[in-house]
Formats: sequence, structure tokens, C-alpha cells
Amino acid sequence: MTEQSPVDLDRAEKLQGLGCRRKRVEDARFTQGKGNYVDDMKLKGMLFGDFVRSPYAHARVKSIDAEAAKALPGVVAVLTADDLRPLNLHWMPTLAGDKQMVLADGKVLYQGQEVAFVIAENRYIAADAVDLVEVEYEALPVVTDPFKALADDAPVLREDIADQKEGAHGPRRHPNHIFTWEQGDKAATEAVLAGAEVVAEEMIYYHRTHPCPLETCGCVASMDKVNGKLTLWGTFQAPHAVRTVASLISGIAEHNIRVVSPDIGGGFGNKVGVYPGYICAVVASIVTGVPVKWVEDRMDNLMTTAFARDYWMQGKIAATKDGRITGLWCHVTADHGGFDACADPTKFPAGFFNICTGSYDIPTAWLAVDGVYTNKAPGGVAYRCSFRVTEASYFIERMVDILAIKLGMDPVELRLKNFIRKDQFPYQSALGWEYDSGDYHTAMEKALAAVDYAGLRREQAERLDAFKRGETRKLIGIGVSFFTEIVGAGPVKNCDILGLGMFDSCEIRIHPTGSAIARLGTISQGQGHATTFAQILASEIGIPADAITVEEGDTDTAPYGLGTYGSRSTPVAGAATAMAGRKIRAKAQMIAAYLLEVHDDDIEWDIDRFVVKGAPERFKTMTEIAFAAYNQAIPGLEPGLEAVSYYDPPNMTYPFGAYVCVMEIDVDTGETEIRRFYALDDCGTRINPMIIEGQVHGGLTEALAIAMGQEIAYDENGNVMTATLMDFFMPTAVETPTWETDHTVTPSPHHPIGAKGVGESPNVGGVSAFSNAVNDAFRPFGLTHAQMPHDHWRIWRTAQQLGLHG
Amino acid sequence: MIPGNFAYHRPADVAAAARLLQEHGDEAQLLAGGHSLIPMMKLRMAQPSHLIDLQDIAGLKGISRDGARLVIGAMTTQHELIGDALVAAAVPLLREAALQIADPQVRYVGTIGGNVANGDPGNDMPGVMQCLDASFELTGPGGTREVAARAFYEAAFTTARAEDEILTRIIVPIPKPGSGYAYLKQKRKIGDYATAAAAVLLAVESGRCTSAAIAMTNLAATPVFTEAAGAALVGTTLDEAAVGAAVAAMLAAIDPATDNRGPVEFKKHVAGLMLRRAIAEAAGRAGRGTA
Repeated sequence: MTEQSPVDLDRAEKLQGLGCRRKRVEDARFTQGKGNYVDDMKLKGMLFGDFVRSPYAHARVKSIDAEAAKALPGVVAVLTADDLRPLNLHWMPTLAGDKQMVLADGKVLYQGQEVAFVIAENRYIAADAVDLVEVEYEALPVVTDPFKALADDAPVLREDIADQKEGAHGPRRHPNHIFTWEQGDKAATEAVLAGAEVVAEEMIYYHRTHPCPLETCGCVASMDKVNGKLTLWGTFQAPHAVRTVASLISGIAEHNIRVVSPDIGGGFGNKVGVYPGYICAVVASIVTGVPVKWVEDRMDNLMTTAFARDYWMQGKIAATKDGRITGLWCHVTADHGGFDACADPTKFPAGFFNICTGSYDIPTAWLAVDGVYTNKAPGGVAYRCSFRVTEASYFIERMVDILAIKLGMDPVELRLKNFIRKDQFPYQSALGWEYDSGDYHTAMEKALAAVDYAGLRREQAERLDAFKRGETRKLIGIGVSFFTEIVGAGPVKNCDILGLGMFDSCEIRIHPTGSAIARLGTISQGQGHATTFAQILASEIGIPADAITVEEGDTDTAPYGLGTYGSRSTPVAGAATAMAGRKIRAKAQMIAAYLLEVHDDDIEWDIDRFVVKGAPERFKTMTEIAFAAYNQAIPGLEPGLEAVSYYDPPNMTYPFGAYVCVMEIDVDTGETEIRRFYALDDCGTRINPMIIEGQVHGGLTEALAIAMGQEIAYDENGNVMTATLMDFFMPTAVETPTWETDHTVTPSPHHPIGAKGVGESPNVGGVSAFSNAVNDAFRPFGLTHAQMPHDHWRIWRTAQQLGLHG
Repeated sequence: MIPGNFAYHRPADVAAAARLLQEHGDEAQLLAGGHSLIPMMKLRMAQPSHLIDLQDIAGLKGISRDGARLVIGAMTTQHELIGDALVAAAVPLLREAALQIADPQVRYVGTIGGNVANGDPGNDMPGVMQCLDASFELTGPGGTREVAARAFYEAAFTTARAEDEILTRIIVPIPKPGSGYAYLKQKRKIGDYATAAAAVLLAVESGRCTSAAIAMTNLAATPVFTEAAGAALVGTTLDEAAVGAAVAAMLAAIDPATDNRGPVEFKKHVAGLMLRRAIAEAAGRAGRGTA
């Protein structure tokens, strides 16, 4: 880039383009309580739906008596599976190739499952009517343990497919078995393990948790019987996909369905899937001819909508005596609950878990994942991560620490020794991915210097001595994690959801006076798209970000796209935005050349204008060009200035980062305090540093929650033990420490502006940093691995088992 | 999370509230700050047909001194209690405990009367009141009577208050100047009930403990006042043996249940720790100026 004069800098600054800390344009309405969420909607004559839910985790439904409920004044209807059966809507397809009951069809498979849908004039009457529906259940044996679910004598959960030997992802070997997904070279990996100098082995459980967005899931369905159009407003992370699925399921032509995602109060993967509430609200609106709203409450949300994780990961890692990793073996038992409702690209039933070789140059690896049905809620979504990447990152980051113990090495030294080197990119991993770019050594070393890693280890050793002398009951744990994500799904050639290729889109219209509107196939749930996508465009087309409206979420106006999850908005829709901007600029160049009476090749782009080469005083600004596009007849050019781009990324992007957590642990109470947390993120080109920092703060807070206590726990009868925020851990400002953020910049070589995505990195990298810190504190006492979540009593139990309570 | 149907009443004085209670009997519930009752109603675990909101009764507010006793109106909020100079000077243990209840937003609305009257074993104030040997004034059709906090709690959500009585005032004997006190509470996060908590009030003269009261929170169906634990400290120098004996006596009195906070063994462990730390804190404070 050539040096810019002060005047140029001023012009560039006014655009508020790439790299600037532009304030979020969304916040004016959110901080004033002026957001427009689905539950804010009030439509004339609108009815309300509520569910009768199963108190049992596994039971036969003998009968449903809704007479008393129907007799309650204000109750309009009560729907059961029998009412949906004639429409063939009593079951619905899941995103994972399975099918799921919309309303209990003869049996229930998890506590909270939808049994009947009550429609009433207001939500109070609906709730009263729910109490009046009498359901007779016959309890069946409950299986909440995925290993027991595969036992020969285990109760058959899915009687509907008990005899099917073939599922959506290959052979099934047990009625409760869903799929086996295998990657890598098993024979070669086992040979490496057999001949290895050192092998570390561990069963690592990433417990079941839940994205728990502040706003729960819900919708308003409105069927206009006059024009035959269905409008569906809802909490959808992928509105276009919902429209297509709704059309396929209902038989309503796709042009007669409009899906709108209004403001969304957090998604984190919870709002990707299709839930029975959406189907029931649509049917109810079709039946009644008036709009029907369904919004779940917090308990409904925690108990029944999509959970995350629940992976039992058996690992073996082989190395030479001096710490060179030679092989990785992994077998996952994946608890999917009663239906397989994972939200993964079709060909990836375990998502991108095969990123589990992490940031390391591991020549040989093998992975198999077995999906299993249990009496738990369905889901398995990517909670602030790209498909199962958090599980993969946790697995490898624990395995490397465990190997370091076995080798008697410092965990950082082991990482530095095995990182993929900068000159190895693009790097082909043993489990099938091509990493686009990275500079891991630089990032790790910057992190170590920032926290004075050697000094921390000295302090930790001094504390340990004091502990052993009886002077303190607190230990220090130092958790280091180095993660590599795989985000931005994805190339259409191997990524689709229900057959829909995972491209994304941007459509730009430049108005005559030089402002613009950009519409995208994605949908913000708090990510700040209206702010950042305008910045990308400002830099591409020279129109100030403040003069660009960004609009998403209405399928009648936005171009088709696959939505926002898996950190795909910036890698895919961000790329589409840049590409559409470049199309605008290409036409603008022709217009400018005509206006300046020179050849196209004789002018060049300069921040916000085209300038005649060698004659900088002769130029046309984008504003002038825009006006000309609408008021001048330009030979060979159509009027107007618009462009649309559908971007099919050539590869995923691979953000990475180095996190260090310093934790104080009271071995008596099990209480922990995060004394310091340093997060270095490399997400390639940085669009808005302030938004990146905000994303990192939020993601680290969720990671803290998950690692330190947030779980969906069941008792042996399948009762959900954590159905409210009393027991489901959501950190407050008091529990949340100060986060230190830092960065390196390694652009993606294939992305138009080099950006990689960052929203999910802190969750992916954070969880292992916290967990490694807990485990690290107890390493001197012989601990190899303690399972998450690291809440007070589990830490106390670890200390107890290590004999630290005298 | 939608409550059943109920009629809402907002009487202006205690007499009117008492009449409503009498009229509707066990179909009525009194509403103070509502931080226990309203969530239970939303879960439909409580389904009163009549809700009698006490917030308009000015006579139930305020804190005053009556000789050697502190008198607190039942509808005094935790926030008002925390900010009250008289409480801070005369019974600092109350302030210390109130500051550990939930979060500021809850404390703006949550009341001392609701906290002690509801009989929720998770509430902090019942144990603190037992430790302080406070009494509760109950107003009913037959007039008023006082019941000692130590005799008030019968089972979870069951107390000595009759259905037609209103808990109107809390009477707290002001501890002797120089008393040591502490309320130590372990919880998972802000807003949570205690995993275990210990309230301690003691006096020390010439290095020896002359009186001690100990009560525990959320370790049984009711708060646990343990006379034996206090007695184990009296006459001692609060040495390790005495503290150990107090802890042993306390552990014999509690009956915690396994929940998401941890198994019984862990809760007993934390109960012991909280008590030890509370005794140490109280002993350190004893004799320093006025209590």
C-alpha cells in the first residue's frame, strides 16, 4: 500500500471501513429497550399456544383427554398427534436425517416432550388449559447412559425404526444405535500406538450443556386464507432454510411462505433447528385462520430445545520419549437423546469433530463416532462453535496436557514442539482438512511473553511449597490452550443442510444520492452485522458505513442464504459482501471513465473515488458516480447501480488462538477464582476490533460457565435436574473476571478480505483453558484428568481423592 | 411459568389484612416481597386463590430501638436493613447476613418479614434470627403473640404461624457490646442459596468465651440452631479442641440433602468449614468496640 497523505487519511477515516472501532449501530435501540423481538409482536386476533409436556422420560401414552381443557372459556382447540396425522405433520424431519415427533405419537422419549398443543385466546388461559388436559401414561424403563443404551438387554427407545438396519449415515448395529462415522486410518494408527515409546490414554467427557440464549425460542405464524400466504416470524438463525423446510413439510409453495427473523436475543446454535412449536403454531394458524404465537419459557427452553455437547471421548495419543507426537486415536460415544436432531452439514453426522488433531502436526490419526439414542432431549447443536469443534478442541487440548504429564514435560513446551509450522500451510491434516493459514509459534510465544509464563510457573511452585508447609490452602493452576477452529461452512461441494448448499449471499443497491442498502442471507443474533458488513462495504465501494443500511432476516427481500451459525457469517456472507461490492465498483469504474472521458484502464480506485492515472485532480467520487448511474444514459450500460453475489467459499477458514488462564483454587471449599485470563485471537483480517473484543468477552464468559458448572444434568429416571437458572449456571458480573485480549493477524489466503471469523473462538479455546487450569493445579498430587464441570463439589472431591484433606 | 388464577388484595392496614385472611382461610396467602412466593406460583407449586399484598401497610415498615431490643417491621426490605445506621451499630450480624442475600435488585424488594415467615430452608435470615435469639410478633384474630425464632420452624415451609396470623414485627435482642459475630456463606454464584452457611454470635471476656450461639442455614428442612455447638465453646479459649467439639455437635444436628450443590458428605464438609471460619471471624471481632 502506498503512503497516504493526511487528506487521504481523513477521507478513509470518514468511511469507517475495515479495521475501525465503529460503534455498534444496533445498540441505540437495544440499550433503550426498543428492540423488536418475536414476543413483542401483537397481531389482530392473535391466539396463543402452549404445550402439555411429558413428566416422564420414557412412557407409553395410553390416552389423552382434552375435554375439560376444551370446555374452559377462551380455549379454541387442543391438538394431539391424531389431529396432525391426516396432514402427515405428526412427525417432522430433523436436520440430521432422522425424524422427530411433533406431538407424542404413542410414546414419549424424554421429560418435557411435547404431548398436546393448547390454543387459547391468551397465554394465561392456555396455561390453565394445559393443566386440564389429562394424559394417561404407562412408565417404561429409562436409559440415560449411552453405554447402557447399547447393551443387549437395553429397552428399545425408537420402536418406529427398531428394525431398520440402515440409518441416514450408514449401518445401525443396535436399535438404539444411530450411526458410526469413521475418519482416518485405523490400522496405521493402531500400528503407531503399538510401536510407540509413550502412549497416554484417557476417557474425556464433555458434559451435556445448553446454549441458553437470553431470549427463548418462539414464533408467530399467520396464515392469510384470502391470498394463501403464510408468514412466519420467529427466532430463526437460518430463515431461508426454514422457509424451504416449511414448504417441503407443509406442501405450501415456497413463494407463498415468508419467513422473518426479527431481532434475536442470542442464538448460540439453539435457534438453528426446527422445533415442534413452530409446526404446531403453523398448523394452528391454518386451522383457525388467525395468527398464533408460541413462545417457550425458560424451563421449556432448558429442558427441550437443543442441548449441546454430551460427548464421551476415549483418546490415545502416542509420542516419542522426547515429545514428538506420532499418532492420535479417538472413539466418541455421542449421546444424541431421543431423536437425532443435530444441526450439522448433511455429510458430517459428528460435525467437524475430525478437526481433533488440533494445532499439531500429527502424521497418523483415526477417529470413530457412534451416535446413540437415550431418554434425553434431542439436539446436539454447536453452542457458540462450529459443528462439534468445541468438543474436538477440548479433547486434543486435554490429551496434550495428559501426554505432557506422562512425558514429564511442560505442556507449553510439548505444544511448541508439535505445532504445525508456518511453512507447512496450507496444511493437510491426517483426518482430512486443509488448514488455510496459521502462525502458531508466533502466537504462542507472544502469549507466553505477555503473561510472563516462566514467572507464573515460579510463583506456582512457590505456592505449592507453601501449601505443603501448611501455610495456605490455595493452589494455583495455570491452564494453557491453543486452539484451531474450522469455521465458515462451507464449500457447497461437501457442505449442505438438507440438500441446500452452504453458500451465502449479499445484494447491494446504491441509491442515486450515494447511500446504499445491503441485504444478506445471514441474520444477526447480537453479532453486530449491521455494523461490520457496512464497514466491509465502506472499504470496498467508498460509501461511508453510516450511509449503508444492512438488512437481514426477511426471506421476501433478502437473497437466499444459509444463515448465521458456525462462525460462517464473516467467512461466507462477509465474502459475498466484498464480492458484491467489487461488482459495484467494476460498473462504477465504467461509469466514471465515461464521465471523465477516458478509457476504463486509465483510471484507478482511490478510497472513495476513481482518479485519472497521473492526474489526481481529475476524479469522480462514488456519490457522483451513483447519481450518474441513475440520470445519465451511458452507452453500453444499463441504468442503476446494483449487484448481487452468491459466494461459495473454496475452503473453510481456520482461526486460532492462544489462551492462558491463571486460577486460584481453594482445596477445602472447591471455590475458584480466575486471577488472570489472557486471550490472543488470530481471526485473520480484523473488521472491527471493538466488536471482536466484545465477541471474545462474551464467548469467554460462556466458556467459563461451561467449564466451571454449567450442565444439563439428569437423574437415573431421566428427570432434568437443572431446568431453571437457579441450578443452570449463568455467570453474573460477579463471577466474571476481567478478560485481557490480544491478537496476531494471519489473513486467510482464500477469503476476499482475509477475514476468518471470531465469534466462537473464545468458547472453543476457553473451555480447555479453564479445565486445564483446574487439572494443572492438582498435577503435582498425581491427578491426570478430572471431568468437567469443575464446580465446587467436584473440585472438592478431586482434592479429597488425592488425600489433600488430611 | 404462568401462575393459576387468583384474586389480588391490597389492604391498607393490618386489621384489614387480618380480616381478609380470616375470610379466605387456607385459600389465601400473604405477599411480602414475593421473591419466594411468586416463583412458586409461576411453577404452580403454590396456587393461592387470594393473594393479600402487604406493601401498602405503612405500619409494617421501619426499624426502631426499644430499650435493649431492636424492632423491625416485617415489610422492611433487605436494602433498607442494610442502609440502616441503627442496625449497623447495634446488630451488625443482621447487616452482614443481608448483604449476602441474592443481589441488590432482589434486596430492593425482598423483605425481612417474608424471608423469615416463608419457612424456606434456603433463606438466610431464619438461621441468623435463631442465632440472635430473635422473636417474631404474630398478629391474629386473638391479638398478638410472640414466638421465638428458635421455636418457629417446624418443617420446610411449615412454621408456628397460624393460617390467620400475620408476622408483623421482628424483635431482636441487642447483643452485649463487644460481642463477636459472623455470617459465613458458601454459594455457587450470586443469587444462589447457601451450599452451607453458619451464623455465630459470641462474647469473650478475659480470653474466655462467655456465651456463644450458633445456627446453620440450608442444611436441613429448617434452620438448625444447635445449643450443643454453642455450649462447646463456652468457658473455653476457643482453642482447636473447643472448635472441633462445636463442629462435631453441629454436624450431629444438621441433616443436609444431596442436590446440585453436591452430595451430603460435601455439604457436611462445607458446613464444618463455614462454622470454623465463622467462629474464627467472630472471635477476632469480639471485644473490639461495640458489637
